[in-house]
Amino acid sequence: MLKLSYLAMLIFTMVASFWLEIAFKVHVLRRMKRVLLSLLPISLGFLIWDAYAIAQGHWYFDQKQVTGINGPFNIPIEEILFFLIIPIAVLMTLEGVARIKPQWKHPELRK
Amino acid sequence: MIYSDIVIAILIFSVLLDLFGFKNSLLTRPIFWSSYAIILPFQLLTNWWLTSRNIVMYDPDVISGLRIMSAPIEDLIFGFALILNVMGMWEYWGTKGVQKD
Repeated sequence: MLKLSYLAMLIFTMVASFWLEIAFKVHVLRRMKRVLLSLLPISLGFLIWDAYAIAQGHWYFDQKQVTGINGPFNIPIEEILFFLIIPIAVLMTLEGVARIKPQWKHPELRK
Repeated sequence: MIYSDIVIAILIFSVLLDLFGFKNSLLTRPIFWSSYAIILPFQLLTNWWLTSRNIVMYDPDVISGLRIMSAPIEDLIFGFALILNVMGMWEYWGTKGVQKD
Protein backbone atom coordinates (compact mmCIF):
# COMPACT_ATOMS: atom_id res chain seq x y z
CA MET A 1 0.00 0.00 0.00
CA LEU A 2 2.85 2.37 0.85
CA LYS A 3 4.00 2.10 -2.76
CA LEU A 4 0.76 3.84 -3.77
CA SER A 5 1.49 6.99 -1.71
CA TYR A 6 2.22 9.25 -4.67
CA LEU A 7 -0.52 7.65 -6.78
CA ALA A 8 -3.03 8.28 -3.96
CA MET A 9 -2.50 12.03 -4.32
CA LEU A 10 -3.28 11.82 -8.04
CA ILE A 11 -6.41 9.77 -7.40
CA PHE A 12 -7.46 12.33 -4.78
CA THR A 13 -7.03 15.11 -7.35
CA MET A 14 -9.20 13.19 -9.82
CA VAL A 15 -11.92 12.56 -7.22
CA ALA A 16 -11.81 16.20 -6.09
CA SER A 17 -12.20 17.61 -9.61
CA PHE A 18 -13.72 15.13 -12.06
CA TRP A 19 -17.19 15.38 -10.50
CA LEU A 20 -17.36 18.86 -12.06
CA GLU A 21 -17.63 17.13 -15.43
CA ILE A 22 -21.04 15.80 -14.40
CA ALA A 23 -22.33 18.27 -11.80
CA PHE A 24 -21.22 21.46 -13.57
CA LYS A 25 -21.24 20.04 -17.09
CA VAL A 26 -17.81 21.58 -17.67
CA HIS A 27 -17.36 19.31 -20.71
CA VAL A 28 -13.60 19.15 -20.38
CA LEU A 29 -13.23 15.38 -20.81
CA ARG A 30 -15.47 15.39 -23.86
CA ARG A 31 -13.17 17.99 -25.44
CA MET A 32 -10.11 15.75 -25.24
CA LYS A 33 -8.59 17.07 -28.46
CA ARG A 34 -8.50 20.60 -27.03
CA VAL A 35 -7.27 19.24 -23.67
CA LEU A 36 -4.36 17.42 -25.31
CA LEU A 37 -3.47 20.34 -27.58
CA SER A 38 -3.39 22.56 -24.49
CA LEU A 39 -1.48 20.38 -22.07
CA LEU A 40 0.92 18.43 -24.29
CA PRO A 41 3.23 21.32 -25.25
CA ILE A 42 3.33 22.57 -21.66
CA SER A 43 3.59 19.18 -19.95
CA LEU A 44 6.22 17.96 -22.38
CA GLY A 45 8.34 20.99 -21.53
CA PHE A 46 7.96 20.35 -17.81
CA LEU A 47 8.74 16.63 -18.26
CA ILE A 48 11.99 17.50 -20.07
CA TRP A 49 12.89 19.63 -17.07
CA ASP A 50 11.84 16.76 -14.77
CA ALA A 51 14.11 14.34 -16.66
CA TYR A 52 16.99 16.79 -16.40
CA ALA A 53 16.40 17.45 -12.67
CA ILE A 54 16.14 13.72 -11.90
CA ALA A 55 19.34 13.01 -13.86
CA GLN A 56 21.12 15.82 -11.99
CA GLY A 57 19.75 14.68 -8.63
CA HIS A 58 17.94 17.97 -7.97
CA TRP A 59 15.05 15.92 -6.69
CA TYR A 60 14.45 12.24 -6.11
CA PHE A 61 11.67 9.91 -5.03
CA ASP A 62 11.32 7.56 -2.09
CA GLN A 63 11.27 4.23 -3.89
CA LYS A 64 9.17 2.76 -1.07
CA GLN A 65 6.37 5.26 -1.85
CA VAL A 66 6.18 5.04 -5.63
CA THR A 67 5.07 2.12 -7.80
CA GLY A 68 8.58 1.77 -9.19
CA ILE A 69 7.25 1.84 -12.75
CA ASN A 70 9.39 4.29 -14.68
CA GLY A 71 8.83 5.93 -18.02
CA PRO A 72 11.60 7.21 -20.29
CA PHE A 73 14.61 8.89 -18.61
CA ASN A 74 13.80 7.29 -15.23
CA ILE A 75 10.74 9.50 -14.80
CA PRO A 76 8.34 7.72 -12.41
CA ILE A 77 4.97 6.94 -14.00
CA GLU A 78 3.42 9.08 -11.26
CA GLU A 79 5.22 12.17 -12.59
CA ILE A 80 3.93 11.52 -16.11
CA LEU A 81 0.39 11.05 -14.76
CA PHE A 82 0.82 14.25 -12.70
CA PHE A 83 1.29 16.25 -15.90
CA LEU A 84 -1.90 14.76 -17.35
CA ILE A 85 -4.20 14.79 -14.32
CA ILE A 86 -3.27 18.14 -12.76
CA PRO A 87 -3.83 20.15 -15.98
CA ILE A 88 -7.22 18.45 -16.50
CA ALA A 89 -8.24 19.30 -12.91
CA VAL A 90 -7.09 22.89 -13.52
CA LEU A 91 -9.14 23.19 -16.72
CA MET A 92 -12.19 21.74 -14.98
CA THR A 93 -11.87 24.40 -12.29
CA LEU A 94 -11.56 27.15 -14.90
CA GLU A 95 -14.60 25.88 -16.80
CA GLY A 96 -16.50 25.42 -13.53
CA VAL A 97 -15.96 29.09 -12.68
CA ALA A 98 -16.95 29.99 -16.26
CA ARG A 99 -20.25 28.12 -15.71
CA ILE A 100 -21.05 30.27 -12.68
CA LYS A 101 -19.69 33.52 -14.14
CA PRO A 102 -20.19 33.36 -17.91
CA GLN A 103 -19.54 37.11 -18.12
CA TRP A 104 -15.93 36.43 -17.06
CA LYS A 105 -15.27 34.24 -20.07
CA HIS A 106 -12.95 35.32 -22.86
CA PRO A 107 -15.03 37.60 -25.12
CA GLU A 108 -14.50 35.26 -28.07
CA LEU A 109 -15.62 32.25 -26.04
CA ARG A 110 -18.95 33.67 -24.89
CA LYS A 111 -21.94 32.26 -26.64
CA MET B 1 19.81 27.25 -5.95
CA ILE B 2 19.41 25.67 -9.36
CA TYR B 3 15.74 24.73 -8.92
CA SER B 4 15.13 28.31 -7.72
CA ASP B 5 16.82 29.80 -10.78
CA ILE B 6 14.98 27.59 -13.28
CA VAL B 7 11.60 28.16 -11.65
CA ILE B 8 12.02 31.94 -11.66
CA ALA B 9 13.00 31.86 -15.34
CA ILE B 10 9.91 29.75 -16.06
CA LEU B 11 7.70 32.09 -14.04
CA ILE B 12 8.96 35.11 -16.00
CA PHE B 13 8.46 33.27 -19.29
CA SER B 14 4.91 32.25 -18.28
CA VAL B 15 3.93 35.77 -17.23
CA LEU B 16 5.36 37.30 -20.42
CA LEU B 17 3.62 34.65 -22.54
CA ASP B 18 0.32 35.42 -20.80
CA LEU B 19 0.66 39.20 -21.01
CA PHE B 20 2.03 39.49 -24.54
CA GLY B 21 1.59 36.11 -26.24
CA PHE B 22 -2.16 35.69 -25.85
CA LYS B 23 -5.02 38.08 -26.40
CA ASN B 24 -6.96 38.82 -23.18
CA SER B 25 -4.27 38.04 -20.64
CA LEU B 26 -5.55 35.73 -17.89
CA LEU B 27 -3.52 37.57 -15.25
CA THR B 28 -5.70 40.65 -15.73
CA ARG B 29 -9.02 38.80 -15.44
CA PRO B 30 -11.16 37.71 -12.47
CA ILE B 31 -11.77 34.26 -13.98
CA PHE B 32 -8.11 33.39 -13.52
CA TRP B 33 -7.74 34.65 -9.96
CA SER B 34 -11.05 33.09 -8.87
CA SER B 35 -10.00 29.75 -10.35
CA TYR B 36 -6.58 30.03 -8.77
CA ALA B 37 -8.13 30.82 -5.38
CA ILE B 38 -9.99 27.51 -5.62
CA ILE B 39 -6.93 25.61 -6.82
CA LEU B 40 -4.43 27.08 -4.31
CA PRO B 41 -5.62 25.13 -1.22
CA PHE B 42 -5.47 21.91 -3.25
CA GLN B 43 -2.04 22.85 -4.52
CA LEU B 44 -0.81 23.41 -0.95
CA LEU B 45 -2.45 20.18 0.22
CA THR B 46 -1.00 17.99 -2.54
CA ASN B 47 2.45 19.62 -2.26
CA TRP B 48 2.29 19.07 1.50
CA TRP B 49 1.44 15.39 0.98
CA LEU B 50 4.36 14.81 -1.38
CA THR B 51 6.94 16.66 0.71
CA SER B 52 5.91 16.06 4.35
CA ARG B 53 5.93 12.30 3.73
CA ASN B 54 9.22 12.59 1.84
CA ILE B 55 7.69 11.03 -1.26
CA VAL B 56 9.69 13.67 -3.16
CA MET B 57 12.95 14.95 -1.72
CA TYR B 58 15.21 17.77 -2.82
CA ASP B 59 18.93 18.32 -2.86
CA PRO B 60 19.24 21.18 -0.33
CA ASP B 61 21.79 22.86 -2.59
CA VAL B 62 19.24 23.48 -5.39
CA ILE B 63 16.48 25.17 -3.37
CA SER B 64 16.25 28.44 -1.45
CA GLY B 65 15.16 26.64 1.72
CA LEU B 66 12.00 28.72 2.04
CA ARG B 67 9.08 26.36 2.62
CA ILE B 68 5.30 26.70 2.80
CA MET B 69 3.39 23.86 4.43
CA SER B 70 6.50 21.67 4.16
CA ALA B 71 6.90 22.18 0.38
CA PRO B 72 9.69 24.32 -1.09
CA ILE B 73 8.37 27.71 -2.26
CA GLU B 74 9.73 26.71 -5.67
CA ASP B 75 7.00 24.02 -5.94
CA LEU B 76 4.29 26.63 -5.48
CA ILE B 77 5.83 28.83 -8.18
CA PHE B 78 6.25 25.90 -10.57
CA GLY B 79 2.60 24.97 -10.04
CA PHE B 80 1.49 28.53 -10.67
CA ALA B 81 3.37 28.61 -13.98
CA LEU B 82 1.91 25.24 -15.00
CA ILE B 83 -1.63 26.37 -14.16
CA LEU B 84 -1.27 29.71 -15.97
CA ASN B 85 0.22 28.17 -19.10
CA VAL B 86 -2.28 25.34 -19.40
CA MET B 87 -5.21 27.71 -18.97
CA GLY B 88 -3.66 30.11 -21.49
CA MET B 89 -3.29 27.34 -24.06
CA TRP B 90 -6.86 26.14 -23.42
CA GLU B 91 -8.23 29.61 -24.13
CA TYR B 92 -5.95 30.00 -27.14
CA TRP B 93 -7.29 26.83 -28.79
CA GLY B 94 -10.83 27.85 -27.88
CA THR B 95 -10.46 31.16 -29.66
CA LYS B 96 -9.01 29.27 -32.64
CA GLY B 97 -12.33 27.42 -32.77
CA VAL B 98 -11.08 24.06 -31.44
CA GLN B 99 -13.94 22.41 -29.50
CA LYS B 100 -15.31 25.71 -28.26
CA ASP B 101 -18.21 24.04 -26.43
